[in-house]
Order: sequence, then C-alpha cells, then structure tokens
Amino acid sequence: MCAVLAAEVAGAVLAQYWPILLFMAVAAGLGMALLTIGLVVAPRRPAAQKLSPYECGFEAFEDARMKFDVRYYLIAILFIIFDLEIAFLFPWAVVFDRIGLVALIEMVLFIALLVVGFIYIWKKGALEWE
Amino acid sequence: MLAQLLLVLWTLAKVLAITLPLVIAVAMFVYWERKVIGWMHVRMGPNQVGPLGLLQAFADVVKLLIKEIVVPTNANRFLFFLAPMLALVPALAAWAVIPFSDGLVLSNINAGVLYLLAMTSMGVYGIILAGWASNSRYALLGAMRSAAQMVSYELAMGLALVCVLVLAGSLNLSRIVEAQGGGLLHWFWLPLLPMAVIYFVSGTAETNRAPFDVAEGESEIVAGFHVEYSGSAFALFFLAEYANMILVAFLASILFFGGWLSPFPSTWGPIGQGSFFWLLTKAFLLAFLFLWFRASFPRYRYDQIMRLGWKVFIPIALVWVLVAGLLKYFHIVTPGA
Repeated sequence: MCAVLAAEVAGAVLAQYWPILLFMAVAAGLGMALLTIGLVVAPRRPAAQKLSPYECGFEAFEDARMKFDVRYYLIAILFIIFDLEIAFLFPWAVVFDRIGLVALIEMVLFIALLVVGFIYIWKKGALEWE
Repeated sequence: MLAQLLLVLWTLAKVLAITLPLVIAVAMFVYWERKVIGWMHVRMGPNQVGPLGLLQAFADVVKLLIKEIVVPTNANRFLFFLAPMLALVPALAAWAVIPFSDGLVLSNINAGVLYLLAMTSMGVYGIILAGWASNSRYALLGAMRSAAQMVSYELAMGLALVCVLVLAGSLNLSRIVEAQGGGLLHWFWLPLLPMAVIYFVSGTAETNRAPFDVAEGESEIVAGFHVEYSGSAFALFFLAEYANMILVAFLASILFFGGWLSPFPSTWGPIGQGSFFWLLTKAFLLAFLFLWFRASFPRYRYDQIMRLGWKVFIPIALVWVLVAGLLKYFHIVTPGA
C-alpha cells in the first residue's frame, strides 16, 4: 500500500520534472549545434603564434596554472558555511506560517549564533581585500 | 505509447516556444544595449545593417559562427569545449520554471525557487572551468575573480530569496506571484524594499555586468575568463551572459514586482487584468537598468566589490530576514488573494 502510494508520488514528481530534463537536453543540443557549426564552417589555419596563450607582448614562458591567492580559498570556505545556513533557512521560511512564534524565536537564536561567527571573521580580517 | 510520444512532442514544442524567442530576445537586447549606450554617449549606435540597424545583432551572430575557434596549445581541449556548454545549459534551463502568466508555465514545480538557485549557481562552473582549461594567466585570473565574486553575491541573493519565501510561504513561483495579489502596494517591493535593491544589485554582480565587471575588466585583464575563446565558443558565453541578465530581470519582476499582475485595479477593464504583457513590461524596465548602470557607473575596484557584498549586503540581509519574519508574524503583510 505504502509502496504504491510512494510510487504514485514519485510518478507525479517525475511528471513535473521531466520537461525540465527535456529543456536541458534542448539547451545542450543548441550549444552543441552552435559549437559544431563553428568547428565545421569556420576556417582552421593553426599557427604557432596564434595558438600560444595570450600574453602582453612576450612569449608565454611557463604553465599558467600558478599558485593563487589563499584569500580565494578563504572566500570559498566562508561561502560554503553561509550557503549552508541559507539552505537551512529555506524550509524554515516555507513553513513559517504553520509554526508561528516558535519559528520566530528559533530563527532569532540561529541567526544570532551565525552573527557571532560573522563578527568573528570580520574582526579577524577574513573579509579584507586591501 | 502514441499518446506518450505526442506528449513528448508537445512538450518539446513548448520548450522551443521558450528557447527560440529567448535567443531572439538576447539578440535584440544586445542591439538595444548598443543603441541605448550610444544615445547616452550622444552617439547613433548601430544604424547600418538593416533598417535602424535592427539586423546588427544577427550579422554579429553570423560573424561569430564563421570565425575560427582557436584552441590554445596548452589548453585542455575537452574542458575547453565543455566550459561554454556548462555556462549555457543552466542559463537556458532555468527558464523552465518561469511563470509567464497565470498558469502559463512549462514546469510548475513546487521547489521552483530552489531549482532556480541551483541553476544560477551552476553558471560559476562554466566560468572557472573556462579559465582553468584555457591555461592562460589572464583567463585564470579572471576566472578566480569572477568565481569569488559570484559566490559572494549569491549569499546576499539567497537571503533576499528567503525574505520573499517568508512572506509568500511557498517555493512555487506562481504561488509567490499570487501571494502579491491586491494591487501595487501588495507587491513585495514595499515590505522588502532593501531586499529588492540587494537582489537586483546582486544580480548585476552575479552576471558580471558593469559596474561589477572586474572579471572581464577589458583594460586590466583583457576580457578575463574568456580571453582565449573565439568564434562560436565565445558566442555560447555571450548567449549565456545575456540570457542570465534577462532571467534576473524576469525574476526580480516575479519576486518583488508582482510578476504578471497588473499595477492597476481590476475594475479598470483590460489593463487591470494580469497578463504576460505586464511581466514583459516590468522585466524590460528592469533590464534597461542594467544598461543604464553600464553607461553611468565606473567599474568598482575588486576590494570594493567584496566589501559591498560581505560587509554591507549580508548584514542588511540578515537583519531583514528577521524583519520579514516579524512582518509575517504580526500579519502586517498577508498573502493576497
């Protein structure tokens, strides 16, 4: 019984989502068609100078995949933390109406905890780009 | 079997009925951008190809398609071609859940906002892969800048969405529009005014548009992540960027400006009724802001961009999530009919 119900729900969900899959396929098809036209129709006359990576006047002398600033890494970590928090806020926002005051208080506590962390990283200078 | 096949074909027709006008809208928007910026510079803008230069964008498309695609020697070829696809597919697929009018939506899913957030976040992969696969210093620098900027503004954008969700009580985009029913003053821009501004400015930063276009920064790092792309591979990035811009304009209209709802009372006859016309008008006006920004503001410095995102938008947004909760709890804002 339960399995049948689950299958029906899954079917209904699939019925809503498969047009999206089709849309993605059409978008991918459009992209591939454009790339194929570009590769087939356009001329191709390779030359050593033309194929070298862009540089300001001098020859590219080594691999471009160099070390980059650690601050980008820091931003990525902070992004994951905050994005997770927003992911937690989504279900809260949707059922806010049904749980009323409890929702409000819990979210004040949740955001307060987060703000403490936010003030900490701010004071530590993690958000500075001089 | 036949019925299913017909259903697939019918859905395919609907998908094409969104995709093709969208691609043409991108072409016309590019033309409109050049024209508007021309006027703001007291120039004519494109006026040679076709009447009033209307065919300029199509001429550009043909030019891009028949240009050589140069793949740099050190590039990773597979990723090099995968990157523009990864930029384009989410930019187009996001349109699957946009409600164009009452009931006029390809896929009316319950988790519409979540799906949109997922799709717009995917765009960053295309950009960072493009920079990495090119194996060029400028491309890598541009990609790193762009990725860090996009994820930073995504946070403020996500918090702005949470505020809308609190007031609307649903992730479904059609429901969000319906919750704004009852006239101009019931639209969410009024209770969420700072969030509407933050959403749109974050949208500008997300799509790497001026004044947040350090990822391209023509005079500094010569077009950034797509410096090594030419021909139709570049055209894909171009298409994705403009499709995203129009998407942000549509989403801002839907989330904060009542979507397809009319600004006039429903007693005013035809102009008081909600229709696609109103959504299009609102989106057009918002998209025009993108162009106005570009003609008016000088480019931000990178540290200024990060400061605006992290130290201004996120604190305001966090406070406004609580304000939205209070507005809802005390029934100051109630969902419309």
